[in-house]
Amino acid sequence: MTDETAAAPPGDSADPPRKEWSRRSALLGLAAIGGAGTAGIGGLAYAGGRFPADRLTPARFADRFEQVYGKHAGFRRNHAKGVSAAGYFTADGAGTEVSRATVFAPGRTPVTGRFSLSGGLPDAPDTAPTVRGLGLLFHLPDGEQWRTAMINLPVFLDRTPQGFYARMLAARPLPATGKPDPEKMAAFLAEYPETAKAMAVVKRHPPTSGFHDSTYNALNAFRCTNEAGDTVPVRWSLKPAGPVGAGSTTAPPGRDHLFDALIAKVAREPLRWRLVLTVGRPGDPTDDATLPWPGDRRTIDAGTLTIDSVQTEAAGNARDVNFDPLILPDGIAASDDPLLSARSAVYSQSFTRRAGEPKTPSPVDVTKERR
Amino acid sequence: MSGTEKFGVLARLLHWGMAVMVVAMLFIGAAMVASPTAYDALQDVHRPLGMLILVFTVVRFVNRLRHRPPALPPAMGRWERAAAKGSEYLLYALMFTLPLIGWGMLSAAGYPIVLYGPLRLPGLLPSDPALYAVLRQTHTVLAYLLFAAFLTHACAVLFHTLVLRDRLLGRMTFRRE
Repeated sequence: MTDETAAAPPGDSADPPRKEWSRRSALLGLAAIGGAGTAGIGGLAYAGGRFPADRLTPARFADRFEQVYGKHAGFRRNHAKGVSAAGYFTADGAGTEVSRATVFAPGRTPVTGRFSLSGGLPDAPDTAPTVRGLGLLFHLPDGEQWRTAMINLPVFLDRTPQGFYARMLAARPLPATGKPDPEKMAAFLAEYPETAKAMAVVKRHPPTSGFHDSTYNALNAFRCTNEAGDTVPVRWSLKPAGPVGAGSTTAPPGRDHLFDALIAKVAREPLRWRLVLTVGRPGDPTDDATLPWPGDRRTIDAGTLTIDSVQTEAAGNARDVNFDPLILPDGIAASDDPLLSARSAVYSQSFTRRAGEPKTPSPVDVTKERR
Repeated sequence: MSGTEKFGVLARLLHWGMAVMVVAMLFIGAAMVASPTAYDALQDVHRPLGMLILVFTVVRFVNRLRHRPPALPPAMGRWERAAAKGSEYLLYALMFTLPLIGWGMLSAAGYPIVLYGPLRLPGLLPSDPALYAVLRQTHTVLAYLLFAAFLTHACAVLFHTLVLRDRLLGRMTFRRE
């Protein structure tokens, strides 16, 4: 290859001779550069979910909520209607058996909470079958946090994020009947039979009379690790400490009757729930929130949640909290349930959108209800 | 025979090590925001890797100030030199600010900033959702700017190596010439 060293260009004779410049090699070089640049841009666009266009991204999830419920600036994309709450959790120490999280050591932890109704309408009329939610943020020492978002269903309706995404459209009420399109719903249930089974379980657990006597379930499984380093699967629930009343079949008057009742009850006396940890056994499903665990699983009564005040959503209270189920203290970790990461991602997308939007007052106004 | 003058060994190690980290970081960032299922796992890597990049950027910048870099190829004109120097400082600025904005935006969102297990960083800013929204958007915009700067840098070096063949890259390699 004599021609490679033949022609040193003039002007930099101090450098060793270089390979010959040819139009062909320069063009090949340019083509390689163009190819590398295009591959880089294409690779990042793919990683960022820009294509294919039907990929299920958290942004498209949030878009679907806006498609079904409309866009309501400043409000959550789901569980839009709610009220902030405050109180504390008193641990009795029993939870330390399965988790080293400081929240389970005997003592009191301040809690910020939020009662909500599912759906993306911040002023939807309260109805008994609407799913009730309770989000909690435990303020642990040294800035550590535990956040959990629970609902009053015994199992979740979807096993996968795809199922949830598809159900949102299938279950969308038709304007004419106020009920979902039966054909669309049937097609959806044929494709996601786990939802049909979960709906049957839900039917056996009718809603209670209100927010105050509902059982709230975290539904997804988590992994708890104790001081000794032993890890077990756990699902947790909040069970009402007071008497439980049956839900009324006829809706009481008032758009906000469920919230009104909650506000009135808290004004009278603090509301209490027992935090119950259900310990799974090997083989119990941890990756499928539509399946209940067998009823004989051991439970641990970890302490009492006390809610002693509610506030209209405002800056600095639960309005500004994203109840991301994966903000967990040391001693509690995510399981292999695919819903957990998806919930975390979509909640974050919803939080980012509403954080940057102008705010309007929440239709649930605690001071108004008291008047 | 006079070989190409090279950057110091530490500078070269930091350059290639950080190149891998930063490119990985950009792809992890883009992928985690777009993937519901991988979001959590990728975020667990994104946060500590970002802090590592922040630390390395500071070490590298101090090292850069203390050592004169090897000369650019003599054929490079004044504006080419200015572009090379400008892009170098842009890369430093972005590698420094992106992790800080990430840290700041998580603080403004009120999230605990978990690095690994019980290891957490203190909040950088007070909790403020509106501030979070601005920082979150800025984080994305600057990340794409960093990607553009990286791509321009890589393509420019490829151009010097494949087309101009002026041994510019030799200053950063470990190969003896």
